[in-house]
Amino acid sequence: MSKKISILIVDDEDSVRDSLYNWFIEDGYRVECAENAKKALQILESEDFDIVLADIKMPGMDGLEMLRRIKTLRKDSIVIVMTAFATVDTAVQALKDGAFDYVTKPFDPDDLSHLIRNASKLISLAEENEVLREKVVALDNTEDLIGNSEAMRLVLKEVESVAQSNSSVIITGESGTGKELIAKVIHANSPRKYFPFVIVHCGALSESLLESELFGHEKGAFTGAMYNRKGRFEMADSGSIFLDEISTISTKMQVELLRVLQSKSFVRVGGNKEITSDFRVICATNRDLKSMVDEGSFREDLYYRLNVVNINIPPLRERTDDIPLLVDYFIKKYCTSMNRPPISIDPAALQRLQEFKFPGNIRELENMIERAIVIGNGRKITLKDLPLEKNVVGSSFESLDDLEKNHIHQILTKYSWNISRAAKALDVDRVTLYNKIKKYDLKPAL
Amino acid sequence: MSLQDIALVSFGYFENEFLEKVAGEISRDFQFQVRIKEGHMDLSEFYDPARRQYNGNSLLKEVDSRFGGDSLKTFGLFNVDLFIPILTYIFGQAFLNGRSGIASVYRLSNERYGMKLDEKLLLDRTVKEVVHELGHTFGLLHCHNPSCVMRSSTYVEDIDQKNTGLCSACRSKIDFLNL
Repeated sequence: MSKKISILIVDDEDSVRDSLYNWFIEDGYRVECAENAKKALQILESEDFDIVLADIKMPGMDGLEMLRRIKTLRKDSIVIVMTAFATVDTAVQALKDGAFDYVTKPFDPDDLSHLIRNASKLISLAEENEVLREKVVALDNTEDLIGNSEAMRLVLKEVESVAQSNSSVIITGESGTGKELIAKVIHANSPRKYFPFVIVHCGALSESLLESELFGHEKGAFTGAMYNRKGRFEMADSGSIFLDEISTISTKMQVELLRVLQSKSFVRVGGNKEITSDFRVICATNRDLKSMVDEGSFREDLYYRLNVVNINIPPLRERTDDIPLLVDYFIKKYCTSMNRPPISIDPAALQRLQEFKFPGNIRELENMIERAIVIGNGRKITLKDLPLEKNVVGSSFESLDDLEKNHIHQILTKYSWNISRAAKALDVDRVTLYNKIKKYDLKPAL
Repeated sequence: MSLQDIALVSFGYFENEFLEKVAGEISRDFQFQVRIKEGHMDLSEFYDPARRQYNGNSLLKEVDSRFGGDSLKTFGLFNVDLFIPILTYIFGQAFLNGRSGIASVYRLSNERYGMKLDEKLLLDRTVKEVVHELGHTFGLLHCHNPSCVMRSSTYVEDIDQKNTGLCSACRSKIDFLNL
């Protein structure tokens, strides 16, 4: 027992109070007695008890009325009602009014022990649940959302305002910009935060698998359906469902999804029972859904149903101010997980990172830092630890021509301006290479 | 008369040998001399005809008031079915930190459950029940150690699961046993 459970015994008979008092005291509980409901309510106003064991038939206020009053005082109180004259009606009424259980006097010693043990277990679980909830809230805060740039501040403001509502959200942004993280933050800051956050990667599943995944299935619905299985919509009841890569779902699934979003009810694959679930939908895509609607590959009605709020996450190259913060964050993250002392980054390397285009966005930066920590000298991340050489696209290489010019120059330098070998490496003929040299006015370094 | 011994008072017929063995076990556990006495009282006063059982609360009070006081602890051993108002039956009960306790062999015998009499088992169960209730009179609460005699037992099978003696944790709570 983690803490001493307290029990209040309410009964007008001395002998019952004494018997129960002695029984519970020997079990190590904290026990108090009241001879009537009025006295019990007075005690409960000044002191909390985990369990109230109350007789139904008492002079003055009866046990059922007292139960209702206790529930208004403390909704989660565990009240067990006892009576010597058991009727189904009073038992049902007591349970409807929120009693934990109903027992007939006299009871078997073992039943009494079990009853109190079960109630104690429930109390311990409720306390544990409370502690875990606090931990989850602490984990699910916005700490992982790194960025102080104007663009990210705008995103955070949108997240904050949309989190409290129940509206569907579409998060758009290039691959690796952190769409799933934004969805988690929306859920964690919404009134649904204590309920499940269910993720479905639509792009990774075939149409039939996705259908079974979303709606669940009944045993025998298809080969391999050995058991009944809850679908993701069912699991997300009272919480949020995150549909990643929504643009990849088939036309048939778009129709199904629209129907579920409208009715919030569905039928499991192979089943016929209508199941209702209260969930909030958060979607993500790296495609332009509007243009897919225009092309006819995405249903317009579904698009409008989903696109109540749109949050667009800017690519990393548009918020280079955040790169130092992100680098710092990932260094700390990976040094901690690899159990290494914190290291720093060379200013030149950081400068190059800020000039890099990051087509893979934050995911690419994260992988780069992780790799640098693994292969580096363990003290400082330098340029040579970063795989930037081949892909570096400095700020001076905005256009394709600039890129071509730079690449040809690199190859010519590599082959000491041997035109034949350079042309072979570039897979062009010598005339083309001469034309390019002329076009870009390339000259060997002196 | 001595406040340094425990009085085991029997009510109803018990074999002397049985009582001596129980007394020997109590003495071994609590390290006090145990005196066996024969008690006489009219049990019909404590009989509840509706339940056809004997009121344990009243019997405990009676033992305490009529037989307690001569010894450090007084224990009444009965052979009738005991109850308290809230429970269908009890094996025994005692005043926590008090001077008296009671127990009955009525529900401890195998014959009560349609099985063959097992005198050794009955003695074992009786010893455990008496030591358990006496433990309460020394201030001990129910123990979570499955083998400790102070573990709560609501069925006779539960009694068989535990040992006759106190666990070291319970023993350490009774100061005089540590001297």
